[in-house]
This record gives sequence, C-alpha cells and structure tokens, in this order.
Amino acid sequence: MSETPLLRIEDLSVGFQVAGGAIIPAVKNLNLDLMPGETLAIVGESGSGKSTTAHAIINLLPGTGRITGGRIMLDGQDLAQASEAELEKIRGTAIGFVPQDPMSNLNPVWSVGFQVEETVRANGLASTKQDVRKKAIEVLAQAGLTDAGSRMKQYPHQFSGGMRQRVLIGIGLAANPRILIADEPTSALDVTVQRAILDHLQERTREQGTAVILITHDLGLAAERAEQLVVMYRGQVVESGPSLEILKNPQHPYTKRLVQAAPGLSSRRLVSARTSVSATGKAAIAQADASTGTATAIAVNNLTKVYNIRSGTFTSTPLTAVDNVSFSIERGSTTALVGESGSGKSTVARMLLGLEKPTAGSILIDGEEVDHLGKAGMKALRRRMQPVFQDPYGSLNPLRSITATIAEPLLVHGVGNRAERQARVFELLDQVSLPRSIAGRYPSELSGGQRQRVAIARALALKPDIVILDEAVSALDVLVQAQILELLNDLQSEYGLTYLFITHDLAVVRLIADHVCVMNQGKIVEAATTQEVFDRPREDYTRKLLDAIPGATVKFGA
Amino acid sequence: MLGYTIRRVLQAVPVFFGTTLLIYFMVFAMPGDPIVALFGDRGVNEAVAEQLRARYHLDQPFFIQYFIYIGGVFQGDFGTSFSGQPVSEILASTFPVTIRLALLALLIEMVIGIGVGLIAGLRKGKIFDATALVVSLIFISLPIFVIAFVAQFTIALKLGWARATVSGGAPWEELILPAVVLATISVAYIIRLTRASVIETSQTDFVRTAYSKGLSRPRVVRVHILRNSLIPVVTFLAVDFGVLLVGATVTEGIFNVPGVGRTLYQAIIRGEGPTVVSFVTVMVLIYLVVNLIVDLLYAALDPRIRYGK
Repeated sequence: MSETPLLRIEDLSVGFQVAGGAIIPAVKNLNLDLMPGETLAIVGESGSGKSTTAHAIINLLPGTGRITGGRIMLDGQDLAQASEAELEKIRGTAIGFVPQDPMSNLNPVWSVGFQVEETVRANGLASTKQDVRKKAIEVLAQAGLTDAGSRMKQYPHQFSGGMRQRVLIGIGLAANPRILIADEPTSALDVTVQRAILDHLQERTREQGTAVILITHDLGLAAERAEQLVVMYRGQVVESGPSLEILKNPQHPYTKRLVQAAPGLSSRRLVSARTSVSATGKAAIAQADASTGTATAIAVNNLTKVYNIRSGTFTSTPLTAVDNVSFSIERGSTTALVGESGSGKSTVARMLLGLEKPTAGSILIDGEEVDHLGKAGMKALRRRMQPVFQDPYGSLNPLRSITATIAEPLLVHGVGNRAERQARVFELLDQVSLPRSIAGRYPSELSGGQRQRVAIARALALKPDIVILDEAVSALDVLVQAQILELLNDLQSEYGLTYLFITHDLAVVRLIADHVCVMNQGKIVEAATTQEVFDRPREDYTRKLLDAIPGATVKFGA
Repeated sequence: MLGYTIRRVLQAVPVFFGTTLLIYFMVFAMPGDPIVALFGDRGVNEAVAEQLRARYHLDQPFFIQYFIYIGGVFQGDFGTSFSGQPVSEILASTFPVTIRLALLALLIEMVIGIGVGLIAGLRKGKIFDATALVVSLIFISLPIFVIAFVAQFTIALKLGWARATVSGGAPWEELILPAVVLATISVAYIIRLTRASVIETSQTDFVRTAYSKGLSRPRVVRVHILRNSLIPVVTFLAVDFGVLLVGATVTEGIFNVPGVGRTLYQAIIRGEGPTVVSFVTVMVLIYLVVNLIVDLLYAALDPRIRYGK
C-alpha cells in the first residue's frame, strides 16, 4: 500500500516500575502501522502486553506503567512525548476508546446522560445546554438505544451489560475520532450480545471511516472482524500481516499453537469417554451401575426454582429462574448445559449441589431422591459430587497453601491421617499434571491455569463420581483452556467420571460434551446429542447461539 | 423512599422503649440511696426523706416508676431534678450548646479531613502524603485530654488567640477552640479514610474511561473521583456525630463548656433517674435521626441504593 499510515508506532517499549525502582518490561520494541479506515486486531493471551499497548497510545497506563522508549506518531506528533494538555485534546477527539468491561467503566453514581453530555462538552461538540443535550441524545440513539431521550436520566445499573457497552461505544465514537481503540469490547458479554455489539461497532466505524485497533484474546473474533492481525506474545510481536493469511498459514510456533487451540466450529469432541474409556474407567462405571441398579447418574425431573424479588416496601414479585427443567445424565458421560447469563443454568447447578432448595421438582442422584436425604445423607452425597467453579482467583482461599486447599475435603470427611492426606495431595497433583513442588505454595503464586488445576484436584480429592463444572474454563486463556479440557477428558476416561458442564460458550461444548441441553429463560429449549445440536439444530434460539460463535464462518488453517 | 422512611421511623419505637427501660433500670439498680446521699454529712431526717421519696416516686416498685416517668414524657414532662429544676429546662439549656460544639467539630472534620485526604490520595507517595500520614498517626495516638491541655495552654494562654474557658452563653466564636480539639482525632481518621478511598477510586476503570473521553484532570477529580470516594467517609461522619455528642464530656470539662457532658456526669453521680434517662434518650433519638439522614444521603450519593418505592 502506498498510503501513509494514520498511526505509526515505532520501537515502542512500555515498563512497569516495581518497588525498588526496577522496571519490568511489558511491551518490547513494538512496531505497528495503522492505515486510515482499516481494522487491525492485536491478539494475545492475558499478560501478552496487548492491552498495555492500547493504553500506552493514549497514555493512560495504570499505576506505575510508563513508556520507556519509542515513538507513537499521529499527524507528525509524537504521543509518547506529548504533554497532558495536548493529550487531553487528542483523547476523545482524535482517538476514541472503548473499554473492556461495561460493568465497571461507567461511573455508577452519575446518570448515563450526564456521562455522555460530559463527553460532548469536553470535545467541543456543542456548547449551550440544549445543544449538548440534543447531541447526547443523538449519540445514545446512534448507539442503538430506543427512546434515548427518556433513558438519559437512568443510571448505569439500570442498563444491561450489552446496553452499557453500546453507551461506551457511543461515547468512544461521539466526536467522530479517526481512530478507535477497542480493548476487548465484548469479552464480558454473552455470545449473542457480543455478535450484535460487534456488528454495531463495525457498521458505525465503516460509516465514519474510523480506523479501529481491536484488542482481543479471541482469534476467531479477530479473523472475522479485522483485515490486519498482530499477534503478541510476552510483550513482543511474533507475527503480523493480513488476518486470513496468518490464520491459514501461521509461521511462528506460538501462532500455530494458538490457531490449533482455537475452539472454532471445525473442532470435534476430543474423544468421547463413554465410548473409549480406559479399562479402569469402564470397571468403575460397571461397578457403580451394578451397585445402584441404574446407569443414570443424575436425573432431574420438572425442576423449578422461583425467587421472590422485593419490588416495594412490603411487596415482592416472583421470578421463575428455572422453569420445569428435566434431563438425565448417563454415568461416565458429559452433558453440557448451555445458555446466556440469566438463563438459569447456574441455578440448576446450585440446586444439584444442594446449595439452593428447589421450589418444585426432584433431583435423583444414582436413583436416590436428594430431597429425602438427611444431613448425613447429604454429606455422603457431597463426597461423591464435587464442584469446580468459574473463577480460579475467587474460588481458592488466598491464605491457604495448595496442600491445605486440596486436603480440606479429606479433612472435612475425616479421610486418612496426616501422612495419608499428604500422600493423596501429591497423587492428585500428579493427576492434574502439576509439579509436587507447588504443594507448599499459595494461590497468588500460581497462574490462572495452575489455579484451575488446583481447583480440579480439590474436587477430585474425595474420588467423586460426579463433577459439576460451572463455567470451569470460561475465565482461562485459549491455550490454557485447551489444556484443562484435555485434562478433564483424560480424567473422565480414566475414572469414569460423570460431568455436568455448565457454560455459555458453545465452541467449548463441542470439545467436551456428549449431550447438550440449551437453556433459555429458565427452560430447556433443546436437548440432544452434541453432534445433532451442532449439525442439525432444531430451534431458532440454538441456531442463533451457533451463529454467534466468533470465527464460525472462518476456515482455519493447520 | 417514603415507605422506607416510615419503616425506619417505626423501627425507632422499640429502640426508644428498649433504651429508656434499660437505662432506667441501670440507674435504679445503682447501689446507694440517692435521697440519703442528698443529706450529705448531716443526719438524715426520716420524715423529709420519706416526703422526697414520695415526690420522686422512689418508694414505688421499678415498673411503676418507669411507667410514671414514660407517661410524663408523653405529656412533655421529663420529671424534675433533685434541685427542683424541670429536666426539660436542663435539656433545653445544655443540648443546644453541645450540638453547636459537635456541629462545629463536624464542619472542621469535613473541611480539613476531606481536603487533606483528597490531596494526599492524589499525590500518593509524595511529601504531602507522607507528612499527612505521619501527622495523622500522631494525632490518633494522642489522648484527647493531652491535645486539649496543650491547645488550651499554647493557643489560649500563651498566644492569647482564644479564651481558655467558655463563658455562660457559649457563643459560637468561643467554641471554636474546643471544637478544633474535639475534632482532631476524627480529622486524622478521616484524612486516612479519604486518602485510601481516593486512591482506590483513582484506579477504577471508569476513571480511566473518563480520561479517555478527553476530560481534564480537575474535572475527573471533582466529578468522578471525589463523589465516589465520599461514600465511606459519610458513614464515618455519621457515626462520629454521635461519638462527638457523647465524647464531648472530657473536652467540655477542660474548657468549661456548659453542655450535656458535664450535666449528665453530675446526674449519674447523684442517681437522678429522670435526668439521666432523659439525656440518654434524647441522645439516642438524635443518633437515630442522624443515621436516618445518612442512609437517605447515601441514596443521594449513590443511585444504586434505592429504598423501596
């Protein structure tokens, strides 16, 4: 291309100063050209420096971060050297910004209208009170808010996540900037909302001829939305060029791994446990089948949960979170419960675990009704049924060592003596492929993937037959996600485990599940084998979910 | 909002009866006969004593005494002190003084505490911040009577900038020095609280987004950092107003302020049930009202908090 780039980043280095004055580099010698009107995606896992790069461009690095070298050229001006006053003029007006998490990026104590009006005024788009208001309503209307005028007075908490992200996009594009930096603009949203938001973003930027820097960890999404791709790994660009070329023919080993791990539509079930279980797994399943007289590990019949939401001083309105849900899971198999947030899938999990009482319906574990179990029966059941939760940062007590964490279920159920428990902890660490040397460490010293392995080891400590995985891989980077899924699959085939896998991510479902139940607004709208759901979805809702998987239309290489 | 307010006011009813009953009982259960004590070193005249006991209903069982008192309260009669003065008169003469003192102290806390805390928080790790932290720590560790005596000695006696003791009517300007003394420890806490809160808010995503919109730093600080940081500070101030009312006793004593603290202390020593209970009840009521105001203020500061409809 003979055009001159709109934004040229040369040799950019960014570092974070730590106590003692040393500087830890986060971005090293990054070069990047952004052409007018083009969309460029920066892809990488967490900690790769992609967000740091985005923040460095508008000089909003968090904490002790600062640019340690290089130039960021916009219209012959070096942003790395610009004064705070000069940057104020560039932010919003020349470079718009759409942040990652719509929940935390609007100030909760000011109305949405106020926060838009403030942008309008700061960028000199209007000056009189009426004009500012008119322009703000226009911004919200363009963002896709119906009756924008009356929603001006509302507060962020009265908006859904998708709506808030629309507002943030509206704010980012309010002053018609030439560049828009979108930092993971949809990673916090449901997959269908994600699609709508990205379509909206694409439409708006195309209309205005805005160049976009899209920061994402999702290769599929990047391939679908961006012409140019920059792959970052440990603060450095490892590969860059046209998106499709990189995906079809990745050169760098890291990019190759990334492409392989991307759970696009083309991927298949890893290997079904029920059909190809190991001898030990088969024996475990057969033994359990015989002793309980049924091959059904979990049976849920007409399960309903109604919450009473306080609506006035003395009144409340019922909210049906789970509505007449029935499904069953064969021993040694995996059933995925899929749905958007608010679909009731996690409530089902909570009821199965006995953390929540059903309003109606029954849960049978190994043919035995859970409701009839006493306190002792419930404890015995918990021993056979263990959960793994979504957030490995929140689900491990930061003040307990890994050994203490994994051994806790053993202690609670009075299994073994101290030495035996320690031995079991080592055994479990081996099973989840963690080095024994981490036993004495604390969660803060581990990575997200390692923590999730610890959470899985804790769940397996009591040798359960059933594991309930509530969004167990959703918070992990794609490569780590692939490893954890593989681990779960291996453990299943080895021990004949039964999984209930709760997720919003259909791409992952295909890798791990035998059966899929699609939930929408508390109801199961479709239930079938994974193959069937993916190849011949019956319901429109399911089809909508499938279409929304980013990268669904892109053919991957490798 | 109205429903919520009504509910909160109704909640005050059991609190009112609970506290009055408890305090009345504690005064009743105090060892020693207050009437005998009145005679001091002189011999007790049984006839006079009997008469006094009947007049103050001290010859009645506990619950009768309590109900006579409560019945009177509802008719606006808070009983009489042993000196023959109606308790309502004592309340009317002392409470305004103490409330004035506490309000002054509160004002000083807000202006200095929030001001210094904000600057320290925005300049985290700089000289101003370090100094504010050290100075506030010193004030937190000093007992209030030390601060009071030092202030009285230097500012009033040596420098002559203020009167060492407060005169009868307790005018506003004479209350400034006692109010500053009363406020010092809380100011130190508020500096630290505001500072921590400002640092936390400065690191939030919405502050970064505010900058990304092209807003100037002063505007971001004023609009996005300060208001959000004030929410925990308001809680502290509310609790502190109650503490100031009660805790003024020492300061009032040193500066000779004719307020609640001194009077209440005397009444407790003499075992004057009606006086003690009336004072404490009024304090409890003020406390309840202040807390209600603060909870409503929350809703104004933070729109996510809405109480019913």
